[in-house]
This record gives sequence, C-alpha cells and structure tokens, in this order.
Amino acid sequence: MRYSALSLLSNALSGHQKWPSQWRDVEPKPAYDVIIVGGGGHGLGAAYYLAKKFGIKNVAVVEKGWIGGGNTGRNTTIIRSNYLYDESARLYDHAVDLWDGLSQELNYNVMFSKRGVMMLAHTVHDVQSFQRHIHANRLNGVDNTWLTAQQAKDFCPPLDISPSARYPVLGAALQQRAGTARHDSVAWGYARAASKLGVDIIQNCAVMGIRRGANGAIEGVETERGFIASKKVGVSAAGSTSLVMNMAGLNFPLESYPLQALVSEPVKPVFPCVVMSNTVHAYISQSDKGELVIGAGTDQYISYSQRGALHILEHTLAAICEIFPIFKRMRMLRSWGGVVDVTPDRSCILGKTPVPGLYVNCGWGTGGFKATPGAAHLLAYTIAKDEPHPINAPFTLERFTTGRLIDEAAAAAVAH
Amino acid sequence: MILIRCPYCGEERPEIEFEYAGQAHVMRPEDPSALSDEEWAAYLFIRENPRGAHYERWRHTHGCGRFFNAVRDTISDKFLVTYKAGTPKPNLQELMDKANDAV
Repeated sequence: MRYSALSLLSNALSGHQKWPSQWRDVEPKPAYDVIIVGGGGHGLGAAYYLAKKFGIKNVAVVEKGWIGGGNTGRNTTIIRSNYLYDESARLYDHAVDLWDGLSQELNYNVMFSKRGVMMLAHTVHDVQSFQRHIHANRLNGVDNTWLTAQQAKDFCPPLDISPSARYPVLGAALQQRAGTARHDSVAWGYARAASKLGVDIIQNCAVMGIRRGANGAIEGVETERGFIASKKVGVSAAGSTSLVMNMAGLNFPLESYPLQALVSEPVKPVFPCVVMSNTVHAYISQSDKGELVIGAGTDQYISYSQRGALHILEHTLAAICEIFPIFKRMRMLRSWGGVVDVTPDRSCILGKTPVPGLYVNCGWGTGGFKATPGAAHLLAYTIAKDEPHPINAPFTLERFTTGRLIDEAAAAAVAH
Repeated sequence: MILIRCPYCGEERPEIEFEYAGQAHVMRPEDPSALSDEEWAAYLFIRENPRGAHYERWRHTHGCGRFFNAVRDTISDKFLVTYKAGTPKPNLQELMDKANDAV
C-alpha cells in the first residue's frame, strides 16, 4: 500500500518533507523508440498507453515546463460527450468510457464525478437546436435528455427560472453521465503510472528543433539538453503545436488563443452539477474544494501570453450573476489563462502527418481536457500501429484539403 | 484589456471598441480555379500563428468602423505599430529595435 492513515501521520510528524517522488527525475537517454513532445495529460497518457497497451516502454515525454503547468492545470475540468456529429460523438464518448475506470486503472484518484452537465436553453432557437442535439446524441448511444425549466430547477436549485429573468430558461439538455474530474490528478496519475512502466519524463526541456533525414523521415528532436534520437515522434503540445510543426517544415491550420477561467473563494457545497449556457457564454461548477469554477470564452486575438483581458471575465460573471442570483456577492479568488490551439472547424487533428514517423494530437481548442484519456489512447494506438484507429481516422490533417470537415463550430456554437 | 491606437481616429482607445479580424496581408488568389486543392486549402486555412510579431487586422467597430492593420507581439500582447489598410508592411526589424530601445 502506497498511502495509509499511518503514512499520513508519520509524514505529518516530519513536516511532509519526506513523501517519495511520484515519478523518476531522469536525464534524457541518447535514443528512444518513441518521443512524445508535450507533458500534459494527453502526452503523458499517450506514453502510458504505449507502455501499458502496446508494449513500447522505451518512451520519453519531453516537456518544456513542468508537469501539470500547461493547459492540463488551466481548464475547468468539464467532461462530456454530447457532440452533434457522429465522428465527434464517437471520439468524445470513447474518452468518457475511459474516464469511467481511470482511477482504478492508474491507482490514482482522479475524482471523476458524474454529476451531470446541464446546458441551458434561453431562446426558441436554443430549444430547437438542443432537441436536435439530443436526438442525434441518442441515435449515437450518447445519453442526453431534455428537461423542462422546472425540471432543470429541480436538478440545480440555485438556477433562476423566473419569467422575468434577464436570461429566461426555457429548458435544458442534461447529460447525466458527464461531469468533472480533478485535473492535476490526471496529469500526476498518468505521470506516475507511466514512469513506473519505464517511461522517462523529462521536464524543463524545450524542443528546439526536429531533425529529419535525407528521405524526410524523423530522426529525432533537438532539445535544450541536446539531441535525442527517435524514429517516431508524437506531438501533443496544445497551443505550441504549430510552432513545433514549423520545426518539422509543416504548416498547420492552427491558431492559438488565450482562454480564461477563474475560481471563487471556497464555500460549502451549494452547486450540485455543471451548468453551461452557450447563448450568454458562461459555465460553472463547484470543485470538491468548494470553489466555484467558472469558465469564460476565448479572447479575440491570438496570443501566447497565457493571460487575457478582464472584460472577457466581466462578461462571463455578469451572465453568471443573472442566471444564479445567489452568487452575486461571491468574491473571486484567482483567474488565469491557457493557450488553446483552435482549428478552422473546431475539431481536433489526431493522426499521422505528411512526415514519416511524425504523429500529431492537436487542435482541441477550448475542449481538450474532457478528451484526455481518449486522445491519449488514440495517439498511442496511431503511433504503435502507424495507422489511425477507426475512431480518430476522420480527424486527419488532409480534411482541410479534401473539404471533409467535421464542423462542430457551426453545429454546436458552444463554449467547451 | 489592451489599448489600441486607431490610425484613422488618431486616438488610443480600449480594446472593447475594436474587433480582431485575423492575419493581415492575406491576399485572395487572383484565379482560384487555377489553384490546386493544397494551394486553395493553404489560402483558406493556414495562418502564421507566430510566437512574436504578428501582422493582423483590426476593425474600429465602435468608432470609425474602419479596418486597419497592426503589428502586435503575441508574447506580451503589446502593439508595435498600427497602420492604415492598403499601406505596405512596416519593417519588422526596425520596429523590434525601437521597442527594445524603449525598454
């Protein structure tokens, strides 16, 4: 047993200075079978599944910052799969399936809580498009149900459904199987499990270049700590993906935007589920620590600054206060921004690239956290087999040339 | 919130008066039907997304309503210069030197 009441007590007596490291701190070896660029949940998860499911244990994860410092630690932890198109529904539902057993799989409590995600309909158009979503979801085996305004209020008592409300609630779509998880635990859990299987996690080691041979195939990556050779490189670098791809001579249809979120001071349990309002652009849940976790939209311009403008947060909080008047006097504790890579059709790019040996998992935009285990597993599959899994086969780079887009942007027009 | 100088109004105004309109100096190909699918996709979808100086379009929506161009540093979000639409790209090196001198 790794942790017990006794170990907690003895470590308390020593001032919590002697807890063992969760993963090995290593110097990079000269060569690996696979290098994953980007040590977020997606990248660490891919390394874990390569080692666990596909028997490739000579793997390195190269991270420019520290584990849990990027978008994995900067999101609002919402997990759902009620996407409109068949391809997206399969992709995100695959992730939710993996979320289900993840704590047991990693022996690390990721606190996946199926508290339900409720999306509010404020206009007749919302009602019609949500009901279309619900039908499409149910045909795809994704749970989603329609609630009347009163049923929505019963499910989430702080909701203001009075007819005189600034944003009247006409009903809601509820995915009961959706919810939240503890984001740091996901990164740490994957890191610990992968490290135990032999994966090297190399932090504070930015990739400076990608070396290709005379035939164009991948030979390895240049890093701050020197050259590391590998015939296969998987890039899972979120907002920095297009920069890494430029190093390999590829231009990707990605733009990097700041996405902000904020939390309130912690309070006792008051909010039982996740509520999203796409029309007025606000989403909110309460963490197990007690903080209200509130997500805003992206800023309008591209940026790598990991911060955004205050008026974006003001807009979101104004909407939250109208929909949940009980929160009007809550004080906010901190806000932050992450850099999200957005594709033209708002669907991810997950698969092979034109460069032999180079694989990519990017373009998750504002909704990457929910996909973590699914994206990780599919990236590992694609790298191990050198061909995409049927679930991620439609999410190619080529779709922007062929026109076979998966246009969730127009279909959902949602906050993620 | 960032402050933006509209080159038409000649005033520095808060960001909420403006609308971002993507990368600047993207030219629509003269004869699209002569292009290959790859070239057309590149025109439609591929953007520079640089970490550093970025040529971009803004519109002073709640002011004069006109589109103009700007160079902004995507690491600090600071504007290096704004200039009228239709004028040539400013020299990037000079702008960066000037910004560095100011620091």
